[in-house]
Amino acid sequence: MSDLLLLIPTAAPLAAAAAHTVLGPRRAGWLAVACSATLLTAAVALAATGIDSPTRSALGGVLRVDPLAAFLLVIIGVVALIAAAATPAHLRAEIADGHATTVTARRHHVLVDLFLAATTLAVLAADLGVLWVAIEATTIVTAFLVGHRRTRHGTEAAWKYVVICSTGIALALLGAIVLAFAAAHAPGAHGLDIAALTAAAHTLDPDVTRIGVALLVLGFGTKAGLAPLHAWLPDAYSQAPAPVTALMSGVLGAVAFAAILRVKVISDAALGTGFARALLAGMAIVSLLVAASLLLGVTDYTRMFAYSSIEHLAIAAFGAAVGSPAAVAAVLLHLLGHGIAKSVLFVGAGRLRLATGTSRIDGVRGLAASHPVLSGAVGASVLALVGFPPFSLFASELGILRAGFTAGMGVATTIVLTLMLVIAAALTVHTSRMLLGEPTGSRVTRQPAAVTAAMIGGLVACAAIGLSIGPLGDLLQAAVTTLTEPR
Amino acid sequence: MADTAFTQLLNLACGALLLCAVLVLWRRELAVAIRVFAGQGAALAALGGVLAAHEGSVELWVVAAGVLVLRAGLLPILLRRALAASGDQRRESRPLVNVSASLLAAAALTLLAYAAARPLTRLAPSPATQAIPVALAVVLIGFFVLVTRRRALSQVVGFLLMDNGITAVGFLTATDIGLIVEVGVSLDVLLAVLVLQVLTTRMRESFGDTDIDDLRELRE
Repeated sequence: MSDLLLLIPTAAPLAAAAAHTVLGPRRAGWLAVACSATLLTAAVALAATGIDSPTRSALGGVLRVDPLAAFLLVIIGVVALIAAAATPAHLRAEIADGHATTVTARRHHVLVDLFLAATTLAVLAADLGVLWVAIEATTIVTAFLVGHRRTRHGTEAAWKYVVICSTGIALALLGAIVLAFAAAHAPGAHGLDIAALTAAAHTLDPDVTRIGVALLVLGFGTKAGLAPLHAWLPDAYSQAPAPVTALMSGVLGAVAFAAILRVKVISDAALGTGFARALLAGMAIVSLLVAASLLLGVTDYTRMFAYSSIEHLAIAAFGAAVGSPAAVAAVLLHLLGHGIAKSVLFVGAGRLRLATGTSRIDGVRGLAASHPVLSGAVGASVLALVGFPPFSLFASELGILRAGFTAGMGVATTIVLTLMLVIAAALTVHTSRMLLGEPTGSRVTRQPAAVTAAMIGGLVACAAIGLSIGPLGDLLQAAVTTLTEPR
Repeated sequence: MADTAFTQLLNLACGALLLCAVLVLWRRELAVAIRVFAGQGAALAALGGVLAAHEGSVELWVVAAGVLVLRAGLLPILLRRALAASGDQRRESRPLVNVSASLLAAAALTLLAYAAARPLTRLAPSPATQAIPVALAVVLIGFFVLVTRRRALSQVVGFLLMDNGITAVGFLTATDIGLIVEVGVSLDVLLAVLVLQVLTTRMRESFGDTDIDDLRELRE
């Protein structure tokens, strides 16, 4: 029974992909929503039934669920649901504008399903190698979604996306091979099974493990959008269809980051906490510097929100660098809160582009007057992202910063805090310029109820989690335990 | 197999790997680069074969055969098809770093590889692990090609050189990463190259060229 439950998160999107090749547009939209709802239900069921028994596996041990995996599945389910609710309206508008056809719309659904299958496989993979294969697969299936418009910009973004991500992830493969080499020459450990590697980590040769860990963190960091290999992210986010950007930012970022967290557990046991801490804190601060400097001069709002994604993954990386249980709990909460708020924001940005026909910041004025609901949702999600209460990002950012000061990383935490404030100021100023003032002649589009419901539902969920984590608390705590006190 | 013969064949295969990587840096005709890449694929398969014969491992023979089909056959065919479609742009006209500087860089990268691989060799000294620096040098040279070449196709060749190097590290460390992962990795590489081939075609349709320098529109 529990074995079957483990298969659902990956099998449901695969089945949906098969069905999407034949379904008409109306049913396809419903199927996408049903698929993500199934995914979310399976995640909740796994979390509710499984966090006490540590070793639940399926497919002969290829898939394994632990509390961290269940928590990530919840993130994937929620973000996928928001994206799926916004997809039919997006595709209808694209078809009406002549940017898409029913054939490309069908392909969109199939590729998104495959993307979800790959990310859930990455989350549930028991083996570092399978995890790698799944994460590289996400690059391949999303490449044509990024380049869907076939314009110069679309092709350019897709090219950079595939080349940079494949190169980065190739470094992670090299890292995995090096780690397997270390494991092969250590007593007890063998192969790339994550749990076995963690258990035997203290027997691994430190010098070899150091090389492997550095390559793995750099490689998975590429997919999470962390410096130094982050250059693909703003291009890809600004060119992909809005619902896909929501998925890439909320799901792909979190899943790639979770891979880093798993590597960090091995690293901490083998090398002490210092190595991964220095590596992650360095990457976090450089990423924040990049995001802050680019945000000051930004002219395009989808790119602006993309830089904000680099910022938030960097904050999570800093929290992971701190590494205390309180910091890790805040990191996981941050991934969830950022996933929800950012997917709402990207869905909103998609509607904005549709309403104004431009993605330039100075092309949008007085949105609050012409599109009150849309601008309310965009404004609220930007406030959530800069860390206003009651949204959960307030709690998680505060948690990470406080843990940073408590852990004696005062200087680094101060730098991070300063950069966060700069970014928050830039984001608020640019956004308020778009929302306030005299409206320009943007065409008034009726917002479909499903999109409004998804955006408001997402924001309410984000605020509710900020006020009280409720039933997710146990799962979060169990996930923190797997990361800070591995068996 | 006698140990000395094994060591010599091993070193021969690794030498061929490195030589091919340097040749890609040296020659600027894309057709030559693709032919050299195919040669490197064959050298990589030979390396796998030598190790398989030494260890008497059937699985390794299968992997080596797979490498031969994929890297000396399928991938070069894909690249050649992309090149044929790209018309008259058959030459890496203006690489960011000129050839002599590139060759010097390759020498420096090889030294770097030797320095970086010392912990790996020290952990389990054997003829195979002593050749790891060579494979690592191929990875670094591939990365160098990737960042200094301007033709889209040269970048793909650079990426694939990196990948060959990584596979060689996998062979030489004799790590068992599992057959599922092995197949998955090969499939991912093949699909990535297919995606890139389609994108090269689109790039030529919309830019009229495959010069990466034209990819400068998306920026602040």
